[in-house]
Amino acid sequence: MSRLKFFAPVIGFLVLGVLLWRGLYLNSRDLPSVLINKPLPEFQLEDVYDNHLVGKQDLPDEMFLLNVWGSYCLPCLVEHPTLIRLSEENIIPIVGINYKDEQDAALDWLDTNGDPFSFSIMDVQGRLGIDLGVYGAPETFLIDKNGLIRYRHVSVIDEQAWKEIFVPAIEALKLEGS
Amino acid sequence: MKAKLLLLWVFLGLLSVSVPVYSQVDTFEFDTDEQHQRFRKLSNELRCPMCQNTNLTGSTGGVAEDLRREIHRMIMDGMTDQEIEQFMFERYGDFIFYRPRLRAETILLWFGPLAFLLIGGYVIFNIVKKSKPGEVESLDEEEQQRLDELLEHK
Repeated sequence: MSRLKFFAPVIGFLVLGVLLWRGLYLNSRDLPSVLINKPLPEFQLEDVYDNHLVGKQDLPDEMFLLNVWGSYCLPCLVEHPTLIRLSEENIIPIVGINYKDEQDAALDWLDTNGDPFSFSIMDVQGRLGIDLGVYGAPETFLIDKNGLIRYRHVSVIDEQAWKEIFVPAIEALKLEGS
Repeated sequence: MKAKLLLLWVFLGLLSVSVPVYSQVDTFEFDTDEQHQRFRKLSNELRCPMCQNTNLTGSTGGVAEDLRREIHRMIMDGMTDQEIEQFMFERYGDFIFYRPRLRAETILLWFGPLAFLLIGGYVIFNIVKKSKPGEVESLDEEEQQRLDELLEHK
């Protein structure tokens, strides 16, 4: 008993030390999403090219990425080459949410940098963003073929994030058949 | 020279004029004062998910602006504070609250400090108890005699 008492502070210190050490490497922007395994919210928004109304029924009925972007968003340029590659190699469809942007600027941006999106929805008011718990571009959601949100990635999806996070997540979903 | 001095005085005078700096001013209209109060209270107690250490009132972030607009809309739609908080919770989770709900995931947050206080109190209590001076034993005759001798010799 006295030995336990003697070591208690040391044990306490170690436990706290490990927790705080881990805390150093957590990304404080990476908030847990409450929407995991929930269906995508309903929406009726305009397409960025020709303003025709797009809704949930127009989304792909296979697994796809939902990428939140904006022409003002510098990190979006960092992930752009990866998105372009995924679309050119037909690896997975990507739907864009043009988040709180101006249409002209968005079209310029797509023209300059290339367009990896099956289509892009304009969320000028950020209303769909709120329903998705978005707080800024870029963010990427992985949607399964049943239309459920399965994974949410905050910040850039570059080649490394793609390889280390998305590929395993997608393989796992394929295995379970969704 | 005189003109320069005058300029200096004017400048100093201007310094004393305080310019009120408001937090984000939106031009929301409310029907009643009570609605306005509720709006103030909610945007003070909800946290901006983007700029993580400010509330919605103080944040310039785009998403904070949108959330303030949503709060205004919901208040005008006649939703209760509980319903508005539920709306936020369903989208942004516990993070959105400065005062998170009491749930399994947040129990450490709520009672962790109390647990530390209790542990600390227990430790201090034990230390104090141990270091309590023992009862003073009275001297026996022989010792008393020695003490007297020592004191006399001084």
